[in-house]
Amino acid sequence: MSGLLEPTLYVIKGIAILDNDGNRLLAKYYDPSVFPTVKEEKKFEKNLFQKTHRANAEVIMLDRLTCVYRSNVDLFFYVMGLSHENELILVSVLSCLYDAVSAILRKNVEKRTLLDNLDIIMLALDEICDGGVPLETDPQVVTQRVSLRMEESPFNDQTVTQQVRQKLETTTGAVLQSAREQLKWSLLK
Amino acid sequence: MMSSFKQIKKDEEEGGGNPYHSMDKTSVLQEARVFNETPVNVKRSTHVLTKILYLLNQGETLATKEATDAFFAMTKLFQSNDLVLRRLVYLGIKELCTVAEDTIIVTSSLTKDMTGREDQYRAPAIRALCRITDATMMQAIERYMKQAIVDRAPGVSSAALVSCRHIMKDSPDVVKRWVSEVQEALSSDCVMVQFHALGVLHQIRKSDKLAVTKMVTKLTSSGLRSPYAICLLIRIVARLIEEDEVGADSRLFDFLESMLRHKAEMVIYEAANAIVTLRKSSARDLAPAISVLQLFLSSPKPTLRFAAVRTLSKVAMTQPNAVTACNLDLENLIQDVNRSIATLAITTLLKTGSEGSVDRLMKSISSFLNDISDEFKIVVVEALRALALKYPRKQAVLMGQLADMLRSEGGLPYKEAIASTIITIIEDNPEAKEKGLDHLCEFIEDCEHTTLAVRIIHLLGREGPRTRQPARYIRFVYNRVILENAAVRAAAVSVLAKFGAQCESLLGNILVLLQRCMMDTEDEVRDRATYYHAVLATRDNALINQYILNPPQFALPSLERALVQYLRTDTSGPFDTRTIPTAPPPQEEKKTPNIMEPAPRPVERIIPTHEKYAEQLAAIPHFAHLGPLFKSSAPLELTEAETEYMVRCIKHTFQKHIVLQFDCTNTLNDQLLEAVSVVVEGDGWDIEASLPCPSLPYSQLGSCYTLLPIPEDIMATTGTFSATLKFKVRDCDPATGEPDTDEGYEDDYTLEDVEITVADHVQRAARSNFAAGWDELGATNELEDTFALSAMTTLEEAITQITQFLGMHPCDRSDRVPEGKSAHTLYLAGTYRGGHEVLVRAKLALADGVTMQLTVRSDDPEVSEVIASAVG
Repeated sequence: MSGLLEPTLYVIKGIAILDNDGNRLLAKYYDPSVFPTVKEEKKFEKNLFQKTHRANAEVIMLDRLTCVYRSNVDLFFYVMGLSHENELILVSVLSCLYDAVSAILRKNVEKRTLLDNLDIIMLALDEICDGGVPLETDPQVVTQRVSLRMEESPFNDQTVTQQVRQKLETTTGAVLQSAREQLKWSLLK
Repeated sequence: MMSSFKQIKKDEEEGGGNPYHSMDKTSVLQEARVFNETPVNVKRSTHVLTKILYLLNQGETLATKEATDAFFAMTKLFQSNDLVLRRLVYLGIKELCTVAEDTIIVTSSLTKDMTGREDQYRAPAIRALCRITDATMMQAIERYMKQAIVDRAPGVSSAALVSCRHIMKDSPDVVKRWVSEVQEALSSDCVMVQFHALGVLHQIRKSDKLAVTKMVTKLTSSGLRSPYAICLLIRIVARLIEEDEVGADSRLFDFLESMLRHKAEMVIYEAANAIVTLRKSSARDLAPAISVLQLFLSSPKPTLRFAAVRTLSKVAMTQPNAVTACNLDLENLIQDVNRSIATLAITTLLKTGSEGSVDRLMKSISSFLNDISDEFKIVVVEALRALALKYPRKQAVLMGQLADMLRSEGGLPYKEAIASTIITIIEDNPEAKEKGLDHLCEFIEDCEHTTLAVRIIHLLGREGPRTRQPARYIRFVYNRVILENAAVRAAAVSVLAKFGAQCESLLGNILVLLQRCMMDTEDEVRDRATYYHAVLATRDNALINQYILNPPQFALPSLERALVQYLRTDTSGPFDTRTIPTAPPPQEEKKTPNIMEPAPRPVERIIPTHEKYAEQLAAIPHFAHLGPLFKSSAPLELTEAETEYMVRCIKHTFQKHIVLQFDCTNTLNDQLLEAVSVVVEGDGWDIEASLPCPSLPYSQLGSCYTLLPIPEDIMATTGTFSATLKFKVRDCDPATGEPDTDEGYEDDYTLEDVEITVADHVQRAARSNFAAGWDELGATNELEDTFALSAMTTLEEAITQITQFLGMHPCDRSDRVPEGKSAHTLYLAGTYRGGHEVLVRAKLALADGVTMQLTVRSDDPEVSEVIASAVG
């Protein structure tokens, strides 16, 4: 068969979020035939990071994969597909990932805030891609599916811990501050 | 609570801002005890569960017991109704279900969530549930799945569809029952649901071409909304066009073309890529696709430029003229900040550019070559190779560029690609030879890759002695003996001997050099030096030719087996090497993998090599007396594709026998075949034995054999055989394969004829120096004849035909005709059954068909006659 593309839903081979030292913060690979073990995955990530951390060029071919990427401050977002995959589909998944993360982190797209909200980010990643199939590519829908209810929930029937957890979405300093306030508030009451 | 924040803060300072840094698996699993608290401590549990998920994501592996314990602790968290926590539990289930045992336990909790009212739970619960259920369990939730597929909430519908697709990998049949629901989902308004539904529907119908065609006809006219679904549809349509043998259905093609005007770039690109990749697209079909790609080239989005230039470079490989229109845009991309785009642009230009632009392109290449990865450098080298073959006059410039690249930094695959490109140029153009050899000589002076150095030294041994001044290469080769590791030294010694054998004037000096090598610290080097010195010192041309220039090339495993056999029997007589099959020369070297080409697909059936066949046949007692296997033919199909029974024939030639091996496959699932045999009949041939295949169940491969003694008369050793497959049919249950009846009935099936040709008696053999071998054989058994091959229209065609017909190996690269020549000489070498050396010289001339003067030399007059008369 010539280079015709396989008619398949499985277009994504991997998604990764790395920090500014090339360490994995979160990564999912969906095809064991591309990287059989975590060792190969991490080796690939190191290599990928080396090739991409300086030049912000959006797309690179590496190890027979097409990788589209974006970075902000100290975070690098990657979406990988086979070398002949339609790059524009990959980019649409990448934009969704980036925009969803940005919305969840209230535009503070940084390692610190990402780790503080790691649980929500994991859920978002799970909503974007399921086993290599792009599940949702609209960042608004993704954000809604992972976090909308929390904002809607009325304050008064939540415990203090939950309120603090919600505040974790902002920076740590703000969290400490608000935790103190919440405590004071509940004591005064 | 404050203390836990302090804890986090402290961790952050230690782990460079990562609170999850330096966590320990055991202690985290200990912390998982918090899951058991009632009421559920939501905050702590969320934190601990996140930690566990993080560890798993980092590649930490849990033992089955650890995983099972964590899994069961996690199930307690179903008591909490916290949204985030519940969804993390789903994630945990998906991560742990491959390791933990008894995960089935959560089925009821998940089913409850899946059928509940909370949309936020339903979709992820479906996805988690489908990971832990197998086909049998599926039936229990079938009703819910059907409802979920057509659910009004797009998230739920998508989740159900994607889960369907995953399930189909293991049990396709369950999902097939839901086809009407999937079809309903296809008309959903939601972009993603439509995409997922089409994916599942196509997977269900994939094997039924008619159903796919119907589906495509409907969808191409109705119009899908989702760009993702359209991309998928384009791929399905492209497949259909490609597989359709009659010719492209114009409506399908029109659909592809109309998608070039879609508003989503993703779809436009997908359509353009499909059109240019289709083998059937004519230049006129290509034009609109190329022009949208051309527009993309100047897009501000790097990915769009990348996609376009990557596709254009692919087109340029096969149809460079179609891309010429984009040359101007491509030249602008050479300066692109994305080096991948720049590289692809330049390699495309190298393929489409005119001769005049070569110098300019070379300059731009050197400017950015250091910025790009080795993989892309190889792409550039490949482009240079193609260019060198296209414009021979530019070879000097290109060779200079390649030499510069050879000296710069780079890994082994890159250097190998450059070296083999230089070698290609040398072989293609004799005028470039000395210049190229000089570059390579210079390179091996400082080459860190042993394999590459050895390869180049051997090339020097092959080409060096035939240049005007062989003496100048000796210095380079001998330097290796002084400076390099053992493998390179050994190669250098062999090459020195080749120079000595071919250049009379240098022989004296070479003998001195070889004498020095006899002091080497390495056994292999000393042995080679001693051996070559002894042979060369005799100054006996026949001996030198036989043992240095054209050494015997036995198939080593066969040689070993024959020697073991010899030692077991009476060793008073000399060992006869004639019965040892010669090893066929290696086929074309494999190309360096190129990132521009799709990953090679795994070959469906690996064709066993000579050795495997030899072992297989030796295991059959009836064939034990036949001696060593001389040659096995390539498999020959005796049936049309997709018939009831498929039979392939492999011809195995022995010293005095031929074994026909018939590989049969039964493609009817309601039949069990027994006593399967192939009956052959041919004039003048006896059949010594026939081994039937006792039982041939559906879709399994079975072999039966026929043993034919080769007639004494060497002129009667070719022939045509009629073949019939004979067998006993027993009808059986398609599902179980158990036969319904005890009694079967006889049946037969006519196969295509089997032909035994001259090529079946000849093994290909390599001669590194044909001329020496030719003189050595002498004119004693020479036969010469002239033929008019009127059916041939080109020299290449004639060469391929003759080579295949005689089953011999072209020597001295004489199978390549220099462009524009109307006369050519082909040199072929082979070994005839029984170990007779055969050389053929075919002088070809092109005029109204091809005229051929064929000269055959061998060490046996009868063999010469067989070969000479074979062509007529």
